[in-house]
Amino acid sequence: MLSKRLIACLDVRDGKLAKSIKFVNTQDIGDPVEKAREYYIDGLDELVFYDITASSDKRSIMLEFVEAVAEQVFIPLSVGGGVRNVADATDLRLAGAEKINVNSAAVLRPPLISECAEAIGSQNVVLSMDIARVAVSDDMPSGYEIVINGGRKPMGVDALAWALEGERLGAGELVVNSIDADGTRDGYEIGLTALISQAVRIPVIASGGAGLPEHLFDVLTRGKADAVLVASMVHYGDYRVSELKSYLHSQGIKMRMSW
Amino acid sequence: MTLIVDYDAGNLKSVQRACDYVGLKASISNDAQSIAGAQRIIFPGVGAAGSAMRSLKLNGLDKALLHAFESGVPILGICLGLQVSFEYSEEDDQHTLSLIPGKVRRFDISDQSLKIPHMGWNEVEVVKPHPVLAKLAPGDEFYFVHGYYPEPKEQQRVFARSAYQDYFCVAAGLKNYFGTQFHPEKSGRVGLELLSCFAEWDGSYVE
Repeated sequence: MLSKRLIACLDVRDGKLAKSIKFVNTQDIGDPVEKAREYYIDGLDELVFYDITASSDKRSIMLEFVEAVAEQVFIPLSVGGGVRNVADATDLRLAGAEKINVNSAAVLRPPLISECAEAIGSQNVVLSMDIARVAVSDDMPSGYEIVINGGRKPMGVDALAWALEGERLGAGELVVNSIDADGTRDGYEIGLTALISQAVRIPVIASGGAGLPEHLFDVLTRGKADAVLVASMVHYGDYRVSELKSYLHSQGIKMRMSW
Repeated sequence: MTLIVDYDAGNLKSVQRACDYVGLKASISNDAQSIAGAQRIIFPGVGAAGSAMRSLKLNGLDKALLHAFESGVPILGICLGLQVSFEYSEEDDQHTLSLIPGKVRRFDISDQSLKIPHMGWNEVEVVKPHPVLAKLAPGDEFYFVHGYYPEPKEQQRVFARSAYQDYFCVAAGLKNYFGTQFHPEKSGRVGLELLSCFAEWDGSYVE
């Protein structure tokens, strides 16, 4: 059977690794190519890079960066941040990205998902969703709302409805990122993750809030996630990739243990 | 010269990069004449069977691949490349290259908790030794992304299997042809080792 995946997320700004807390106070914390290589050797299952470069005229830096990683890291690479059209997606694919993450631009213009699916294959299109907890209302029946622009702008779109719409439009996978949990290290938002994972047939990646190995276990079991995304847990050396995988394996989660 | 067959079916550079990493110099080509005369061929691909066959026929690559197969050079099919090497695919109700007897079927998964497509890392169990699989160890996992799976007509063409609700064939071979449903170029060390075994394989296989 399929193993659960441990995915590390690296925020990249101007070709450098950055880590954000609740989407603000970003700071540079090292060379992302080196980190990617280190995690790969240590058994990471997949890598995600979010380009948080502010200016779009620096996009070529990201392409060079992806290419540098792809030359020495032979696991699936997923890239997002600022993908606005099919040309952005195919450029990143040529540079070596397996999967393309779409986020804000897809909320603003949903056909972007189907256009990317048509161009690069549904299985390579990841819909990344930034989600905030809100009061349950007629407009927001799930009690979760889609936000964009790094969590700053609420869109008045129900998160569960958007997940289903994304699947219908051809997304091959969903990232469920809780902006309430992001950066807190208090654990993933289990209820939100389970709600979405049980409603769709495509894989769901839990994101935001990981601080302890137990958090990963919880979201892979009670949260019904197919994969977990970690960032600061591994970036600052608190945990090693292999250590997290060994822990999950020892708790009975099927993980890839030979690499 | 090793050639990677280019027929507008996915990202071939990742295959080329992985080959390069293990010291196998490979060029990407869509030229039928070059492919018919290549010394070693990698036939990758992602996408759908229908558009893949149209693209292969358009460039005369279908005949080139058949010619190469009959000439005895080592061929490695990957994912869609393996799938269209059978006779028929349920995807797009498509007749395919017929290098290997058998067909490609859609996953019929009744367990609602199993996601589709079959995507991620899964254990590959060798059921019959082959030079290309020589370095695999029990428990080794490879990276998969697919919604259809190969079903060779004869059981002796099956070299490895994986389980997703039921067991299915993930590596098939016939004479100088060997193919994997998984992606060795995205499967870390074990994938690179498989590619280096293919690089050393002379294409001979004795039943």
